[in-house]
Amino acid sequence: MLRILEFLYRLRAFLLFVFLEIIAIWMVVRNNSPQGAAFFNSSMAITGSLLKTQSDLVGFFNLADENQDLASQNAELLEKIAFLTPADSISEEGLDSAFRATYTVQSARIVGQTLRLTQNHLTINKGSNQGVKEGMGIFSNEGVVGRVKAVSKNYSVGISLLNTGLLVSSKIKSSDVFASINWDGANPQEAKMLYVPRHVSASPGDTVVTSGYNAIFPEGILIGTISNVSPADDQNYLDISVRLSADFSKLNHVYLVENTQLSELDSLYQKAEISDEY
Amino acid sequence: MNIRKLFSYLAWGIVLLVLQVFFFKNLALFGVGLCFLYLILILHMPVNMPPISLILLSFGLGLVVDIFYDTGGIHAAGTTLIGFIRPLWLRAISPTGGYDEGTEPTLQEMGTGWYLTYILPMTFLFSLLFFTVDQWGTMGLFNILNKSFFSSILTALLAILVQALFFKRRRGIL
Repeated sequence: MLRILEFLYRLRAFLLFVFLEIIAIWMVVRNNSPQGAAFFNSSMAITGSLLKTQSDLVGFFNLADENQDLASQNAELLEKIAFLTPADSISEEGLDSAFRATYTVQSARIVGQTLRLTQNHLTINKGSNQGVKEGMGIFSNEGVVGRVKAVSKNYSVGISLLNTGLLVSSKIKSSDVFASINWDGANPQEAKMLYVPRHVSASPGDTVVTSGYNAIFPEGILIGTISNVSPADDQNYLDISVRLSADFSKLNHVYLVENTQLSELDSLYQKAEISDEY
Repeated sequence: MNIRKLFSYLAWGIVLLVLQVFFFKNLALFGVGLCFLYLILILHMPVNMPPISLILLSFGLGLVVDIFYDTGGIHAAGTTLIGFIRPLWLRAISPTGGYDEGTEPTLQEMGTGWYLTYILPMTFLFSLLFFTVDQWGTMGLFNILNKSFFSSILTALLAILVQALFFKRRRGIL
């Protein structure tokens, strides 16, 4: 017995190494599963505030560009308001108010993110105190950015579109063909469009937008433009590359969008026994 | 280890961690070479540091970087491996006559040639594990080797640069 203990004691460094290694790998696996978030992530209060300080400092030097962007976006929105404001007629009232109330949008800021891994994440400066929930969509005025994964009180962590684990339901705008956008881990400016059958005619330059089918993003948010179309290896689908419209290295202001009827949709799917991994 | 030494370790550690998580996080040379400069915190600990405390320190450091990278435990897995292998590798490449008591395996103490044989395999090992876990099943082996190769070279180069610029030379090498 004593010799066994002695033996184990001599191996103590190795045993500790194996033990910690198992813990680390277990945390990686947990972090990468679609449901579970990591115990430790950058939405923790101290990490979040550190990242925010950094982003404030860096952001100061980009203020001019940011202002320009926001101003042009404001102009666009004002135009839309003018278009949408109803004439003084009762017949225009309440035609489809339920539809209009489906999505709520709030603004937020990206305070930290990774770009160079295959599983990239974002840190956002709003959390459950500001009404952020898991599963909300993230987009900027340039295009789709990602989806919220974990939420703490004042910060949250999102899965970036530059993450091989995220699929975004999309369509080609001109032909209304549905497909999934998935990043392949190679080039941070390009993603793949999956499951487009061969008979579809797609050509470089076509715009790709969200389809509104997965109930995270409303229909019609820009994702990118098709840059290359070629037949895939497996004969059934086309191999389509999409140049992403969002420049991830310059992300700052983003919008968080929530589908207020998501729980209703989910329970409906459950009743109809449709499993939907959005 | 006296108290002054401890404080200098702490300050150096904080500086390197801040650099790593705020500056090196999204830096990539030609899109393939990442820099893991904070590894020299582990690699420059005194030669006679007990293995247990070295492994624990490595794991803790990796975890801190993981939190900022949102990588779960990839860094921790890599640093723990480094912490475990380091004493074995040090013994394997010990110079004739062995190490002096309390030597730190740095550029100034050991010389450029020895330092390169010390740091390159260690950073390569770390990068290999890091990219294997990060790209699990999504990219090919060549991609992993490619990234590991350039990352370890970049890390080693920066480590040498930092020491050559900011630390006093003791033996007039380099």
